[in-house]
Amino acid sequence: MQAQPAPASAHVALDVNNIEVIYDHVILVLKGVSLSVPQGGIVALLGANGAGKSTTLKAISNLLRAERGDVTKGTIEFAGRRIDRLTPNAVVRLGVCQVMEGRHCFAHLSVEENLLAGAFTRGRAKREIAETLERVYAYFPRLKVRRRSLAGYTSGGEQQMTAIGRALMAKPSMILLDEPSMGLAPQIVEEIFEIVRDLNARERVSFLLAEQNTTIALRYASYGYILENGRVVMDGAAAALAANEDVKEFYLGLSSGARKSFRDIKHYRRRKRWLA
Amino acid sequence: MQFFFEVLIGGLLSGVMYSLVALGFVLIYKASGVFNFAQGTMVFFAALTFVGLTEHGLSFWMALPATLVVMVLLGLAIERAVLRPLVNQPQISLFMATIGLSFLLEGLAQIVWGTSVRGLDIGVADEPIGWIADRFGLNISKFDLVAALIAAVLVAALAFFFSRTRIGRALRAVADDHQAALAVGIPLQQIWGIVWAVAGAVALVAGLLWGARNGVQFALTFVALKALPVLMLGGLESVPGAIVGGLIIGASEKLAEVYLGPMVGGGIEGWFPYVLALVVLLFRPEGLFGEKIIRRV
Repeated sequence: MQAQPAPASAHVALDVNNIEVIYDHVILVLKGVSLSVPQGGIVALLGANGAGKSTTLKAISNLLRAERGDVTKGTIEFAGRRIDRLTPNAVVRLGVCQVMEGRHCFAHLSVEENLLAGAFTRGRAKREIAETLERVYAYFPRLKVRRRSLAGYTSGGEQQMTAIGRALMAKPSMILLDEPSMGLAPQIVEEIFEIVRDLNARERVSFLLAEQNTTIALRYASYGYILENGRVVMDGAAAALAANEDVKEFYLGLSSGARKSFRDIKHYRRRKRWLA
Repeated sequence: MQFFFEVLIGGLLSGVMYSLVALGFVLIYKASGVFNFAQGTMVFFAALTFVGLTEHGLSFWMALPATLVVMVLLGLAIERAVLRPLVNQPQISLFMATIGLSFLLEGLAQIVWGTSVRGLDIGVADEPIGWIADRFGLNISKFDLVAALIAAVLVAALAFFFSRTRIGRALRAVADDHQAALAVGIPLQQIWGIVWAVAGAVALVAGLLWGARNGVQFALTFVALKALPVLMLGGLESVPGAIVGGLIIGASEKLAEVYLGPMVGGGIEGWFPYVLALVVLLFRPEGLFGEKIIRRV
C-alpha cells in the first residue's frame, strides 16, 4: 500500500488530493481522500454503502454545496487546473460530467429532450450538437427507438443509458459514473459496462466509476481504490485488487480455502479494517 | 339564446384575465416546483409601479419599459436573495419564503408609491364594440377582447419558449430534477433568474389589465385567489392548462351566476369556481393538463 497513490499509466487527468468533506458543518464524511485518474483510463472507486463514494464524486463536480456539504481541506485538479472552487456549470464546461446515482433523468422530458438538455453548456452550436446526438444514438440504439417517450416511462436500463447519453452530450473528456449497476438486471449491467469500455476506447473518455458491484467494476477498470469510512484504505491495479485475499473475502464474497461451513460464517463475516 | 351567448362570451373573456394571473404561477411552478404565493403581490407591485411612474410624468410608452425593467430586476433580486440560499431545501420551505416575500413586496410597493387607490387608463375603453353589437346583437367589451388578444399572444410566446428553445428545455429540466440539472451543467441560478424575470413581466401585463379594470389598489393582490381554481383545474405546470382552465372557470362562473344563481339567492360567482376545481381534483388530482405524476415501482 502506497501512501501517495500513483496509477502506473501516463498523464494524470483528474487529481484529487487529500480532500476532506464536511456536511452541515459538523459531519465529517471524507477524511482525506486522494486519488487520481489517468487520461483515458477507467478507474473504479469501491466500497460499501456510506463509505463516501458518492460524496467523492459530488465533491469533484462541486455538487456538495447544494446539499450543505463543503470541501474543507485538500485540492481537486483537472488537467492541471484547480476545480474545487468552480461552479458545477464551469466544471462541466471544462469537460467533467457526472452521471448521478439513481439515474436522475428528467422524467417529464422525452428521451431526446433529456439528451439535448445535456448539451446546455455547449450553447447554440446546433449542428455540432445534432452530430453528437447521432453519435449517442449510435452507441445507444435503444434510445433512438424510444426518443419520443417521456424518460419517466422508460425502463431502468433505458434510463441509465439516457443518463449516460445525456452526460456525453456535453462532450466531456471525463465522466464520473455513480453506481451504474444499481437496480438493473445483470444482463443490462453487462451491456452498460460494455458501452463504457467502448466509449473509453473509441471516444477517449476517461471514467471514474463508483460501484458496489466490485466484481464487475474490477473487470472493466484498470485501477481501483477502496474506500472505507471516508478513507482510501487500499488501491492498486484492478487485477491486483481482484487477486487480493482481503478484497476477495470482503468485497467479492470469495475465500481462498474450501467452502466454509455455516458455523464459521459469523466469524468470517466480521469485517477487518485496514486502517483504524 | 342571444343572452346566453353574451354571458358565455363575457365569461370566456373574463376567464382570460384569470389565465393571465395563473400564467405567472405556472411559470414559476414549472421551473422551480414552487407555488409562488407572491405572484398576486407581484401583479399589484407591477401595476402600482406603473401608475406611480406615470404620475411622475412618464408617458405610457415610457413607463411601460421602465416598469418592465423594474419587474425584471425584481425577479433577479428575488432569485438572489430568496431562492439561492434555499437550493435543495424542501419545497415547503421555498413556499414559506414566498409567503414572506409577498408581505415584503406589499409593504415595499406601498411605502414607495403610497396607499391611495388609483385609476389606470391604458387607452382601451370598457364598452361594447359597435359593429358586433350592430351585426350580431351581442354586447362584447372592447377591453375584454383586447385583453384576450394580449393573453393569446403571451401564451403563444411562452408555449414556444418552453417547448422549442434551449433555455425553455433547461427550465423544464430544472423543474424535474434540480440536482441532475446541476450535474449536467445547467446553471440553476441563471435559469431561476430568467424564470422570475419572465414571471415579473407576465405580472406586469396582468397588473396593467387588472389595474385598468378594477383600479390600482391593495385589493389587486387578491386576483391571485381567482387564479387558484384556474390552476387546480388546468394543472399547475401547464401553460395551455392555465388558459383552458381560465376559460372554463370564467365561462362557468358567469353562466352559473346567471342561471343557477337565482335558485339559491344569487352570489354564487364567488365560490362556484372553487367547487368546480374541487370536483376536478376528485377525478384528476393533477388537473386537466397537468403533468401526470410518474411513479415507478
